[in-house]
Amino acid sequence: MGYVAIADRDHDIEHHDPQTFITKYIWSQDHKVIAIQYGATAIFVGLIALGLSAMMRLQLGFPDTFSFITPENYYQFITMHGMIMVIYLLTALFLGGFGNYLIPLMVGSRDMVFPYMNMLSYWVYLLSVIILIASFFVPGGATGAGWTLYPPQAIMQGTPGTEWGIVLMLASLAVFIVAFTMGGLNYVTTVLQARCRGMTLMRMPLSVWGIFMATVLGLLAFPALLVSAIMMLLDKGIHTSFFMPAISSMGADPGYTGGSPILFQHLFWFFGHPEVYIVALPAFGIVSDLLSTHARKNIFGYRMMVWAIIAIGGLSFVVWAHHMYVSGMNPYFGFFFATTTLIIAVPTALKVYNWVLTLWEGNIHLRVPMLFAIGFIFTFIHGGLTGLFLGNVTIDLPLSDTYFVVAHFHMVMGVSPILVVFGAIYHWWPKITGKMYHETLGRWHFWMTFLGTYAIYLPMHYLGFAGVPRRYFAMGNTDFLPDSAQDLNAAITISALFVAATQILFFINMIWSLTKGPKADGNPWQATSLEWQTPDTPPKHGNWGHDLPECYRWAYDYSVPGYADDFIPQNVPASVAPVGRDHGGAH
Amino acid sequence: MSEAVMEPGGTAGVVNDFARDKQVFGVPWGKAMMWIFLLSDTFIFSCFLVSYMMVRISTTDPWPNPSEVFGLTAFGYDVPLLLIAIMTFVLITSSGTMALAVNMGYRKNRKATFWLMVATAALGATFVSMQAFEWTKLIMEGVRPWQNPFGAAQFGSSFFMITGFHGMHVTAGVIYLLIVANRVRNGFYERCGSNYEIVEIAGLYWHFVDLVWVFIFAFFYLW
Ligand code: HEM
Ligand SMILES: [Cu+2]
Repeated sequence: MGYVAIADRDHDIEHHDPQTFITKYIWSQDHKVIAIQYGATAIFVGLIALGLSAMMRLQLGFPDTFSFITPENYYQFITMHGMIMVIYLLTALFLGGFGNYLIPLMVGSRDMVFPYMNMLSYWVYLLSVIILIASFFVPGGATGAGWTLYPPQAIMQGTPGTEWGIVLMLASLAVFIVAFTMGGLNYVTTVLQARCRGMTLMRMPLSVWGIFMATVLGLLAFPALLVSAIMMLLDKGIHTSFFMPAISSMGADPGYTGGSPILFQHLFWFFGHPEVYIVALPAFGIVSDLLSTHARKNIFGYRMMVWAIIAIGGLSFVVWAHHMYVSGMNPYFGFFFATTTLIIAVPTALKVYNWVLTLWEGNIHLRVPMLFAIGFIFTFIHGGLTGLFLGNVTIDLPLSDTYFVVAHFHMVMGVSPILVVFGAIYHWWPKITGKMYHETLGRWHFWMTFLGTYAIYLPMHYLGFAGVPRRYFAMGNTDFLPDSAQDLNAAITISALFVAATQILFFINMIWSLTKGPKADGNPWQATSLEWQTPDTPPKHGNWGHDLPECYRWAYDYSVPGYADDFIPQNVPASVAPVGRDHGGAH
Repeated sequence: MSEAVMEPGGTAGVVNDFARDKQVFGVPWGKAMMWIFLLSDTFIFSCFLVSYMMVRISTTDPWPNPSEVFGLTAFGYDVPLLLIAIMTFVLITSSGTMALAVNMGYRKNRKATFWLMVATAALGATFVSMQAFEWTKLIMEGVRPWQNPFGAAQFGSSFFMITGFHGMHVTAGVIYLLIVANRVRNGFYERCGSNYEIVEIAGLYWHFVDLVWVFIFAFFYLW
């Protein structure tokens, strides 16, 4: 209780060691166990979302073939797919999973500052997942409003799931936000207040910076989603008119008057745009560490990278209406939001240059995590460039709601973060499990996923230019589309099914590693950051054995001239090994 | 880095001071976390208030005059906003007792801390009761979240939603204060050596809830 948690109490560690199976693996307050619980749950729902995308692709590629996919189902699939991928998979995995695992280990503390609350965070998250999945089985099924849940259609008759689906969706989001807040307060406070001696903010690995900033964004952006969820629940449940204008539905008057659907869009995107960066910033941070470690070079422009993360985080709160150009707005507003959107591209581009320059003349080891990290640079540049198109009002108007948009956001916030997720899992797997994975299998997994996703999304840009609309169950009599559009759709579907199927390689690899994999060394990549310097692998409860580590240098002392090894861990004193470039300040 | 390194000045110096090792803010973890939570909660209330303003602008029906709707008749006079004035006074007084409780806590005066916290909770409970009275009055007059006889339906919707959400914060605060007060009384914090900072942390929450009320008062009742 109170602020005296275990990080300060060396003598109590034995005391805290969980005894039974239940306290050790189920009701665990250990950040590492919670991280694995978060990660496993997120990947599980992610697989459901992947399955849903396969169904959508089947319909789009081969229309009129599958009788079990009705238009109603299609909308339910699309909605659940989008929402699960963005929130319940990526947000939960990056912050609840990697955030939980990496923050205490990387900043050298024994655990999160409030382990009990951290544990609650996971169980509440699980509850939100259960509510979400339950919505498939209620009368009327899951909501089909699209992941943006725009009213009035989200709660008006005619949209699938307006009976219970939308209610459960909104409730699940609200519960998720409670869970996220409990975890997020922990992550932020741990980074700010519980670092080990010598771990100045400017010595933290960029992974921690990215996760930290993403959490701050979450704490400030989720409130808007919570408020809009509450207001929509009221509109749906007791017929208030926050978002609902006077409207007639199928000839009947549902009794709404005077609300503002645009208000919902503002609230939603005030959350929604920062949300994009909630999944992007952790990926930025993690990829920086992967590139630097496997290229045996310090990250290029560390200080600039940190400031870019902060600047992107701040700017992400003033660009939201670029999602609303087609809703109609004052041209000056459009001008403002287009400008801020293009300004955000500056720190983002800086980061990309720095990643590439980190590789420049590096001693590159093309191991699996590195492959995924380099793959990320490709897909991210790709998605980033199309983002410049969509950020401009005049170009967005014709492209909005076409497959160009689908291609853009999948490249930038679908594929790119997922590649980093895989890279990160391969990278930290030896630390988490104490086992090595199968290198060749991992490479196959990378190449099939990477090339396969290009086969899926590259053609979608052309479909978008041709005018194929987004969120359509079937093309219908769209004369302006050439017949070849349908052939392309079929090809995309085949690639999508292929990519989905190859993910099995990943699971085979993990199972192989757990059962037959060779034992991992404590620091197989010869990395510098603190999580690789723990006395045990996998780290035990309390992480550091008897003494907390002390930090003497930044996280990127790779290939320091005049030193025998090509890496110097952060806890090696300056008297033992030379200090490379260090922005950390005196301590 | 060795001790001989020059300390940078100017902005770099400010950054360095904040980035110093271990802790950014020289406060207990719980207090730092409460500050961050309150920042997040500020965004929630801001979203509520901004939404209220926007529906007030967008609705086509006339907006009722709050001074009339929230008037009370006392001693034969119609006094506008009488109840709200009293409620506001009660809540602000409770901030005063809370501040005294924090002060007494740091002086290790257990008994005074306990009673001041109980007084704060009692004032909070009084506030919630008066809120309940006001809700009842409006409901009797026919105001509902989905309609209201005085004009725009959004008036009732926003009123019940925002004061309800705030009232829940006050109620949660009352419970929180009572739990902490009980632990002050039975010496829990002395045993675990946490030095009554928890009283201050509870106080932060309480002052925040009061502050939010001031904004609700200004934007909903006075505008
Ligand atoms: C192999 C992987 C994936 C495939 C094949 C796939 C496929 C699809 C398809 C077919 C749609 C519907 C497009 C339309 O008709 O308008 C869609 C929508 C969407 N996807 Fe994916 N997707 C994949 C992965 C992801 C990932 C990783 C994310 C994470 C950000 C994601 C986020 C979304 C979102 C937000 C939507 C929009 C939903 C809506 O319009 O309401 N997808 N996806
Ligand atoms: Cu955006």
